[in-house]
Amino acid sequence: MQPLLAIVVGALYTAGLYLMLRRSLVGLIIGLALLGHAANLLIFTAAGLTRGRAPLLVDGVPPSPMADPLPQAVILTAIVIGFGVLAFALVLFRRGAEHAGTDDLDAMRTTES
Amino acid sequence: MTTLLVLPVVIPLLTAILLLLAWRQRRVQRILSALSAGAVLVCGLLIVRTVTRDGVVAVQLGDWPAPFGVTFVADMFSALMIAVTGLIGVTVAVYSAMTIDANRERYGYHPLVQMLLTGVCGAFLTGDLFNLYVWFEVMLMASFVLLALGGGRAQIEGAVKYVALNLIASALFLAAAGVLYGLSGTLNMADLSERLAASDRPGLVTAASMLLLVAFGIKAAAFPFFFWLPASYHTPPAAVSALFAGLLTKVGVYALIRVFTLIFVADVAYTHGLVLVIAALTMITGVLGAWTQREFRRVLSFHIVSQIGYMLMGLGLFTRLALAGSVFYILHHIVVKTNLFLVAGAVQRLQGSGELARLGGLYASRPFLAALFLVPALSLAGIPPLSGFFAKLSLIQAGLETEAYLMVAIALAVGLLTLLSMTKIWHEAFWKAAPEGADEPRRNIRGLLLPIGTLAAVTIVIGLAAGHLFALATVAADQLMDRETYVSTVLGGRR
Repeated sequence: MQPLLAIVVGALYTAGLYLMLRRSLVGLIIGLALLGHAANLLIFTAAGLTRGRAPLLVDGVPPSPMADPLPQAVILTAIVIGFGVLAFALVLFRRGAEHAGTDDLDAMRTTES
Repeated sequence: MTTLLVLPVVIPLLTAILLLLAWRQRRVQRILSALSAGAVLVCGLLIVRTVTRDGVVAVQLGDWPAPFGVTFVADMFSALMIAVTGLIGVTVAVYSAMTIDANRERYGYHPLVQMLLTGVCGAFLTGDLFNLYVWFEVMLMASFVLLALGGGRAQIEGAVKYVALNLIASALFLAAAGVLYGLSGTLNMADLSERLAASDRPGLVTAASMLLLVAFGIKAAAFPFFFWLPASYHTPPAAVSALFAGLLTKVGVYALIRVFTLIFVADVAYTHGLVLVIAALTMITGVLGAWTQREFRRVLSFHIVSQIGYMLMGLGLFTRLALAGSVFYILHHIVVKTNLFLVAGAVQRLQGSGELARLGGLYASRPFLAALFLVPALSLAGIPPLSGFFAKLSLIQAGLETEAYLMVAIALAVGLLTLLSMTKIWHEAFWKAAPEGADEPRRNIRGLLLPIGTLAAVTIVIGLAAGHLFALATVAADQLMDRETYVSTVLGGRR
């Protein structure tokens, strides 16, 4: 399972970075979303996988092996934060595209001269 | 004790909620906003007093024992940062009350500033890596909205770059936290410090430290990740850029100093050597960038970048004196840089532009404002007896002690170029005659002199009482170098 997830994480990072290197605003935001997912899966994988075991105590005794509940909590938090931030970024980028009249990032340079 | 450590987060958070309830009461919002920041300042000073008396203090939130719960820790560095955050909060709140237009106020300007302060204070106090990520996001979310609020094309474009770069940094930060958790099974920074020291995979630890270096480097605007800063900081209203210029990048520097003194100290020659190289390049690119700029706040923005280099220099040299110099530099820089942006805002209000070519004659028409510009400007360049001189002096002394002569030479040269840049602004905006066809400035900015004057007075006091503040900075540096005490305070009974 671990090697498969490692490959998925790598693929997500590659796709995310590729999209961010494009000049399009749409590519940028999808790339940012992919990067967030990649990080979440990375935490999940790096923390160690325990298959088929719920992180629950059975009659007050931890089963062995027991899945680690902390990465799941961390990832849930990160997903919620990422969702909020991306929603804001989406609206902001849309406004940016409206002002610039294009979704070409290279056209957005009025503040850099 | 428990209450005191939590207050700098709770006060602005509750105030933000109160302000949301008082959505239409703009006057109430202004007053509460300033009062809350004032309370943060008082809490900061009380924490400084407590830390002076008792050393590092820690609070386990919800009584969950570390490393399982979230720990709030205050050492001298955190305490000083909280106090200066409060100071900046108060002055910017007063300045905002006089300058922020009704539309921005109607759409939640004041609650957003409070949320920003919440995030900044949380980041300074937390002792947990993932919790630090959460506070960063609180702070960033507020800053995203503040930067874009009420803006036209320029402001939105600046915000796009700022948001994109910061989201990348956050994703890297998250990835690094995940890798570190996989390596050590903990996210508590004190626990991390202990377990990673005993790690049998030092290569992976260093790799994770590089991820964090990039993540915090982007937030701190260090070379080569600085370009979002001069593209965005000059676009929002002056009060917002002053707040950002003072606090946000410094949270990045704080995080760098925290993790590279507490957690990643196994391979100092490599990691801190790299920080030193980054510091040198940051200084040089920042100051050269500033030299080519022709807009008041853009010049200042590039100078933030160059000053970040000095703060990192102290971390890179990694001695007691150097860290004390860094801490002192950060405190001095926050006060001075915020003030310069406030002056830039006042100038823009008077003459309707920030372009240096269209400014002029302010020394004749507003001599008091001109004098108040000179104090932070000369301090930034490091002219004695102002605060910047002592900040640079200690860093350069530390550089000489460790025989980093090239670094010292660069720091001195950059100081000189900073002076040239400040002279340029002085000449263009204040000294030369007003350009042809410019109206005589008529707007009344007397009220703005209150926050500007306050910060200038603080700059002078820091300069005159440099010994006292430097003593505190040395205590902070001692505590940063003394990992044992930090770890045992946080983990407490477990040892």
